[in-house]
Amino acid sequence: MVNSKAYRYTDRIMLSPFPESAPPSRRVHGRRAAFRDALHAAFPVTIPVLFGYIAIGIPFGLMLVKAGYPWWLSPLMSLLMYAGAGQYIAVGLFAAGAPLSGMLVAMLAVNIRHIVYGLSLIDRFKAAGRWKPYLVFALTDETYALLTGVKVPANVKPGLFYAAIAVLDHSYWIVGGVIGALAGALIPFSFVGIDFALTALFAVLLIDQLKRTRDPLPAAIGIICAVLATAFLGPKNMLIAALAGSLAVLVIARGRTK
Amino acid sequence: MTSVQDALIAVPLLALVILATRAFPFVLFSRRDPPKAIRFVERFIPPMVMAVLVVYCLKDIPWTIWPSGIRELAALALVVVLHLWKKNAMLSIFGGTAFYMILRAVL
Repeated sequence: MVNSKAYRYTDRIMLSPFPESAPPSRRVHGRRAAFRDALHAAFPVTIPVLFGYIAIGIPFGLMLVKAGYPWWLSPLMSLLMYAGAGQYIAVGLFAAGAPLSGMLVAMLAVNIRHIVYGLSLIDRFKAAGRWKPYLVFALTDETYALLTGVKVPANVKPGLFYAAIAVLDHSYWIVGGVIGALAGALIPFSFVGIDFALTALFAVLLIDQLKRTRDPLPAAIGIICAVLATAFLGPKNMLIAALAGSLAVLVIARGRTK
Repeated sequence: MTSVQDALIAVPLLALVILATRAFPFVLFSRRDPPKAIRFVERFIPPMVMAVLVVYCLKDIPWTIWPSGIRELAALALVVVLHLWKKNAMLSIFGGTAFYMILRAVL
């Protein structure tokens, strides 16, 4: 953004001839106004995510600062990485002083599930236009659930509506993490245990998926492999082993019937 | 502990890995349709991954020391009951979390 008077003047003219006083109907319906309308339409749908992301973002910021990192690392991670489980795990790996190669492999293992989300959105995102790269970047569990579960209002372009949902969710996540990081020193001991929200979130997503698929086998394989991996390899190494192991068992179990 | 400088190097790289997992299907199938083998993956992997992640969240519980995971399992049971009963994700998540925080304070 060029910060000169001339630029600001033309900017205003293009957007709206009467920036403050004009009624909505007299405003020039530019790109920004269209996106503002999309934000208005999308906000009610994103309220559960607002509460969820603030609640899960606060303990993330808190954990990061308690692990000995500056508060601004919280918004930086939330802005660039934007992955709930991934950022939690990254804090744990930072605190444990894990090697970079290990971190990258762990991040790949945790987020490989995102590949699956994308597969069902290929057609939907074809109409998203210039927002598509951001939508792909911002594809979290919750945003995915909203994009696939919510009907687009008739007066809003689908691409803009999806983008509004993604931008709102992303902003909630950043804000939650900043609150946690800055209020980390002020939050009393009684806040211990709020990170259980993440466990509950996964459990809820699992129940929803079981209801939708009516097929307990994949989840059963996942639980058994994860328990075995924790018992035999220990908590630090269980995730990759559990995911790889359960995927192999799943392919063997279901490959035959297909 | 990883230093702040090393963390600043790690964060963009981790972000790239995450972006790669999200962009992979779009890049791969930008010009052709996904094969049947991929449809198979699409259907069965999400519940499997979620199940693994639930166990992942419980992996650090010291099972041999009192209260040996009772608080976590009780709160998880409440999440399941609330979600099957009220079908409201936020109620299930916050109800279960609040209950867990109470258990952490009293047990």
